[in-house]
Amino acid sequence: MVYYPTRLKTRQTYSWVGRPLLDRQLHHKTYTEMCVKIGDSTEIHVEVGQFVLIEGKDNENPRVAKLVELFEDVGKVTFPVVALAPDEVVPTDLENEKIFFVKLSWNKEKFRPLSPKLFAELGKLPEGSSKCQKRVRTKPHCLESPSCTPAERVVTRIESKHSAAKSRQTPTHPVTPRARKRLELGSKTPNTRMSQQTSCASSGSLGVSKRKMALSEITSPSKRSQPDKLQTLSPVRKAPEKSGKIRLFGTKDDKKALPEHHMILRTRISALETTEVSGDTTLNPVSGGWRSSEVPSIILKPVIKKRGTKQQESQNEATSTPRRTCRKSSLLTLNRIRQQLRFLGNDKSDKEEEEFLPAAEISDSSNEEEEASTPPHPRRTPRSTSKNLHSSLKSSLQTPSKTPKKTPKPRTPRHATPQIRSRKLAARQPSSALEEARLRLHVSAVPESLPCREQEFQDIYNFVESKLLDHTGGCMYISGVPGTGKTATVHEVIRCLQQAAQTRNVPSFRFIEVNGMKLTEPHQVYVQILEKLTGQKATANHAAEILAKRFRTQGSPQETTVLLVDELDLLWTHKQDVMYNLFDWPTHKEARLVILTIANTMDLPERIMMNRVSSRLGLTRMSFQPYTHSQLQQILVSRLKHLKAFEDDAIQLVARKVAALSGDARRCLDICRRATEICELSHQKPDAPRLVTIAHLMEALDEMFSSSYITAIKNCSMLEQSFLRAILAEFRQSGLEEATFHQIYSQHVTLCRMEGLPYPTMSESMAVCSQLGSCRLLLVEPSRNDLLLRIRLNVNQDDVLYALKE
Amino acid sequence: MSSRKSKSNNLIHVDCLSQVQRILRERFCHQSPHNNLYGVQVQYKHLIELLKRTAINGESNSVLIIGPRGSGKTMLINHALKELMEIEDVSENILHVHLNGLLQINDKIALKEITRQLNLENVVGDKVFGSFAENLSFLLEALKKGDRTSSCPVIFILDEFDLFAHHKNQTLLYNLFDISQSAQTPVAIVGLTCRLDILELLEKRVKSRFSHRQIHLMNSFGFPQYVKIFKEQLSLPAEFPEKLFAEKWNENVQCLSEDRSVREVLQKHFSVSKSLRSLHMLLMFALNLVTASHPFISATDLMEANQLCSMDSKANIVHGLSVLEICLVIAMKHLNDIYEEEPFNFQMVYNEFQKFVQRKAHSVYNFEKPVVMKAFEHLQQLELIKPMERTSGNSQREYQLMKLLLDNTQIMNALQKYPNCPTDVRQWAASSLSWF
Repeated sequence: MVYYPTRLKTRQTYSWVGRPLLDRQLHHKTYTEMCVKIGDSTEIHVEVGQFVLIEGKDNENPRVAKLVELFEDVGKVTFPVVALAPDEVVPTDLENEKIFFVKLSWNKEKFRPLSPKLFAELGKLPEGSSKCQKRVRTKPHCLESPSCTPAERVVTRIESKHSAAKSRQTPTHPVTPRARKRLELGSKTPNTRMSQQTSCASSGSLGVSKRKMALSEITSPSKRSQPDKLQTLSPVRKAPEKSGKIRLFGTKDDKKALPEHHMILRTRISALETTEVSGDTTLNPVSGGWRSSEVPSIILKPVIKKRGTKQQESQNEATSTPRRTCRKSSLLTLNRIRQQLRFLGNDKSDKEEEEFLPAAEISDSSNEEEEASTPPHPRRTPRSTSKNLHSSLKSSLQTPSKTPKKTPKPRTPRHATPQIRSRKLAARQPSSALEEARLRLHVSAVPESLPCREQEFQDIYNFVESKLLDHTGGCMYISGVPGTGKTATVHEVIRCLQQAAQTRNVPSFRFIEVNGMKLTEPHQVYVQILEKLTGQKATANHAAEILAKRFRTQGSPQETTVLLVDELDLLWTHKQDVMYNLFDWPTHKEARLVILTIANTMDLPERIMMNRVSSRLGLTRMSFQPYTHSQLQQILVSRLKHLKAFEDDAIQLVARKVAALSGDARRCLDICRRATEICELSHQKPDAPRLVTIAHLMEALDEMFSSSYITAIKNCSMLEQSFLRAILAEFRQSGLEEATFHQIYSQHVTLCRMEGLPYPTMSESMAVCSQLGSCRLLLVEPSRNDLLLRIRLNVNQDDVLYALKE
Repeated sequence: MSSRKSKSNNLIHVDCLSQVQRILRERFCHQSPHNNLYGVQVQYKHLIELLKRTAINGESNSVLIIGPRGSGKTMLINHALKELMEIEDVSENILHVHLNGLLQINDKIALKEITRQLNLENVVGDKVFGSFAENLSFLLEALKKGDRTSSCPVIFILDEFDLFAHHKNQTLLYNLFDISQSAQTPVAIVGLTCRLDILELLEKRVKSRFSHRQIHLMNSFGFPQYVKIFKEQLSLPAEFPEKLFAEKWNENVQCLSEDRSVREVLQKHFSVSKSLRSLHMLLMFALNLVTASHPFISATDLMEANQLCSMDSKANIVHGLSVLEICLVIAMKHLNDIYEEEPFNFQMVYNEFQKFVQRKAHSVYNFEKPVVMKAFEHLQQLELIKPMERTSGNSQREYQLMKLLLDNTQIMNALQKYPNCPTDVRQWAASSLSWF
């Protein structure tokens, strides 16, 4: 992702800005600002409350910390180190004890749970659980004492040894072995000089994990020149002066350096004092909270708020005068992040943000609680200060709650391919057993396995697999009436083979599917194959040439192509050149083409193909028999697994009915689906357990299969019925199954007279006739023949009689 | 009946009447989905549930609505769509495509129309680009991209569905049904047709993919309901501005529906055709008879309208013939009687006519042969006679075989009403054999 450039080569000097606030009890001095001089020209000021970027190798997940406190350690203290399991809560009731709790380890790239070994070493609370998080509560007395004690130097040396020059990361977390060492050292040696503690909330951490970052102290100027920067500070604002990232050194300055800093400090004092009075006051409570080691969060929260309000006021100023307050800047970032989140548009984001803010606060507070008087205390990690960070911010770490939610958000589809626009409202999920059943019974629902086609599956699988393994080609012809699972089985085979190809059991191959019905014209098949094979677009003739070249000449493709040709019969042309070509390609050795063809009729090759075509198709044939009733039943049962929506008898009934009619599985599923609807409608009580019974299925069957002619005749108007009667009479009289309109009309007139119906005019009769003709109760000639048009019944005469009887 | 009253406030009535006529004509002529549905509640429920499931659950469906002409198929689907669009969740979530077999006469045009209505990418304005094959693969690609839960459901409405079944290979139907049966963009395919044998038209592959749901509309109401519909169709809505007039009008309609002669008219009409469209026709005629001086529909109006409706169109044509032409028709009738419906030619008719003229020795009817020929041709143009074979240029017109397209009873009835029919002609018509 983004690499954050660091200016390693320039010399950097660090100095305090502002008047130190001496905390006598803790023996350290806190500062509100720090000045980093890079080279001769640039001066960067880092203030409490600003955010710093922690350098790490993992640029994809940069970590950002907020400075809580800048201090100089004067005293020396030792702390016990306590490892905590991740599920353990940091004890809050320990008063006045200085314990460093460790929960996660830092290997310069990632936070990891503590290893058991570490636990053992740490000796405290070795719960054995590998995932212990150690939370260290240090006595955050880090003094920047003007005098460098030898011990201090030792620390630095060790550290520098461990952290090879390549990693700039001085802020080692106590958890890494190295860090731990240092920690131990530090705790042993009375004079730990300056340690900077930063608390970072990282994505990996459970949110409340604290790390202590000890800043290596630089005693000698030479060392300083190799920057052991722990943190790069990136300023919140865009202010040009600060455009780069700032490396912050929690430096321990030499005595010599000190005076300078003080001087700088002094120069700034006025400004600082005026603007930051509240800042100072807020800071103090923090350390106080730590000292008492009570739950500082309570104390802290209001503090943060205070800052917030203050910063808001001065926000505008802050942008222009970058140095002013780190807190301001932090607020600024906060706002910016908020804006971004909002900008991203999802409602979620707002929620996320809200969720995430409190989390940050909490973590902050707990950090402070543990680490208390850490000098540059990075805080509110989530909001990074630097602009550059924005992108990384979005994708990365921050608070754990945030990251996972964010990722699904950028949902704007950027498909170049045509697509029906997506729905605005999510489709409703099935809520009842019947709805669930209906979903599963839909033909489109893809079952995990295809029951009752195991043999066919195996045959096709073996065929294709053998061709794949042999690197040869071949054709297979699959026939069967519609709805017997031909295409589904082939797809299943291909899916299995593709899985096998992934695990390297068979050589990888390409699968291409064309469907004769989805072509406008047989020759288009070339275009489709070519496009799916290479993405090229060409006219039919050109595509045929390219394909022929590809399949017939040397320099063959690396992998086998499996081509599924559905609805083969539609590829028939007069010259049969399409079929000929298709079946000719696999015969070439280089082609490595396996063709699976599907059609409905078993004897298609014999019936419509010329000898030279059918001979190339070969004799590898397979025929899918219509499903028997037990197979259909099995299919239904497998689809309705673990779902009690149908009576067993009902399933059997539908299976038998369909098997007797066609053996079409689609029909079977459709009937069942309709039956669930009927069942749903007939049961008005929502809570009653609903089962599809035989009665429901019978109704569905009736609806779908009963002929509608009789009902149609029953619902005809009187005149239409009498016209039908006249037709019957005429047929009986003439003994033929056909009559002209004129004949029937005269019959009709007499019939009407006999029955006392009003006399039908010819126009009326004609209208009636064409009406019946349009329903196809009658078969009539086009009406231009007028009186002479011939009429036939499209229904059985007995049916008409039966329908007219009532 | 209320004509006396109406004269007093004639002026108001003129305004009201034009409004009444506008409202009612709209009702009769437009298939607005605001009209009530009659006797199809079950079917309606089935359809609307189906569409809702597509719109809300993303379930693909296909259904055919079958019923004779004028049974309210389009009305039903329009109603359902209207109700669907009123559901808030659905209206945003749905695309519909209307196709008509009479307009989209082949798959190429149909595809373009679908692409256009779906507003897909190769559409600029109203134009769709790309060849037929490209459009097909494009559309299929587009529809294949979607899946059940995320894509916007598309409702396809295919009017005159049977005509789509005549397209080459039924490519369009196959693809639509195939989409409805595979896990692609959810679609609902609604076909409207009047053919009861529609399933037999579908090719077996297409048929297998069709879900076999059929909704039948049969005009299954009886006469009492017919009268009720009549009343409802004629009544003015409550929001009619002139309350007083509307009240009187509706009262009049109520009276009409109870009137015996009106019921007779309706009964007769009902026995001819149950479709509401023909009822609308009847009411339209009646409504047109309403004027300022005759502001309410009366029973006689309806009777007159009924007469107009049931009028025999050919008899009307006969009324407009000249005496010579009538004479020719009579001559043909006699020929039909003598030769038992055998075809005749002009010469035979001319001879028959000449016999009549000579018998009567009326010089009035003594026309030249070309004049008679002209009259004969006119009859042919009116399609009262029809040549047996296609007219080929070289055959002599006098000897071309013809058939009469009039029934004997029609001719006699027409003669009864024929104005100023000479008595001898009438007599001749009555008894052909008496001349010999």
